[in-house]
Amino acid sequence: MHIPDGFINIPTSAAFAAISAVGVGACLKGATRSLDEKTAPLAGLTATFIFAVQMLNFPVAAGTSGHLLGGVLAAVLVGPYVATLAITVVLLLQALLFADGGLTAAGLNVFNLSLLGVWAGYAIFLVIKKIMPKNKTSISVAAGVAAFISVPAAALGFVLQYALGANATFSLSAVLTAMFSTHVLIGIGEAIITVLSVTAVMASRPDLVYGFRGAKSQLEIRKA
Amino acid sequence: MKNPLIIVGFAVSLALAGGVSYYASSQPDGLEKVAGDVGFLDSAKESAVKDSPLAEYGLAGVDNERISGGLAGVIGVASTAAVSFAIFYGMRRFNKSKP
Repeated sequence: MHIPDGFINIPTSAAFAAISAVGVGACLKGATRSLDEKTAPLAGLTATFIFAVQMLNFPVAAGTSGHLLGGVLAAVLVGPYVATLAITVVLLLQALLFADGGLTAAGLNVFNLSLLGVWAGYAIFLVIKKIMPKNKTSISVAAGVAAFISVPAAALGFVLQYALGANATFSLSAVLTAMFSTHVLIGIGEAIITVLSVTAVMASRPDLVYGFRGAKSQLEIRKA
Repeated sequence: MKNPLIIVGFAVSLALAGGVSYYASSQPDGLEKVAGDVGFLDSAKESAVKDSPLAEYGLAGVDNERISGGLAGVIGVASTAAVSFAIFYGMRRFNKSKP
């Protein structure tokens, strides 16, 4: 769901660009704490992998496709701060090189996918992780459920933007209903891809997975 | 970079973007479909970079769809890797406790 130019008016797009710039700026600051010699390569790989998988549109219903957004996948692997930066890099390259997502709409897309998708998704991941047993399977399950919810959450971001500044005048409730129902279906694909990817990384390098580290090891890292 | 996960991950990314992407669904995505159904698809404007040699995930000048899309995917993976590695390596904190 990359918003093209024209759907949302310029003042609203500019306002969201400003909000997104502040959000991404805050994440630049937060990300330095979670990036070191070991996690920087995984962060680069996460962005690259999400770019690749976003090319793979899967069919969801008659005449409709969806693709991975990747917010929860990135947040669980490298933490929400770095995830926001990774998804933002992907979105900007897609808009600049591939004309996928508008240039004036870049702030809208960054808000929905890099900020809303990542942070709402990661919050849900943390809640589910807390109520599940402390083991590797729980990480995959929590990531899958959070990924599923993150897609309609990001879609609601678009509905908000449409409500505030659509150039068209169609009813908001029609947009809300259609966006929500379609993106719940796409969320199923998001959950499957996220679970497979998180499980694969957990099987090979669980020590690198941000969402698997407990509060204790985080303290140790800071002390070092 | 001795981490096999990273090398395998890049190989998988290249294969997905460069090869598997040919088989991706070409149906409109969720937002585009909703825009068409509700009626506001017409309000979309073409991107200012619509004439980019990589626009719509195909390399300009290559007629074969599979090769054109595959090359665009490989260029995309390489670009994303270059930019994200530059940023994340640039930002990493050196572990001072290392001998």
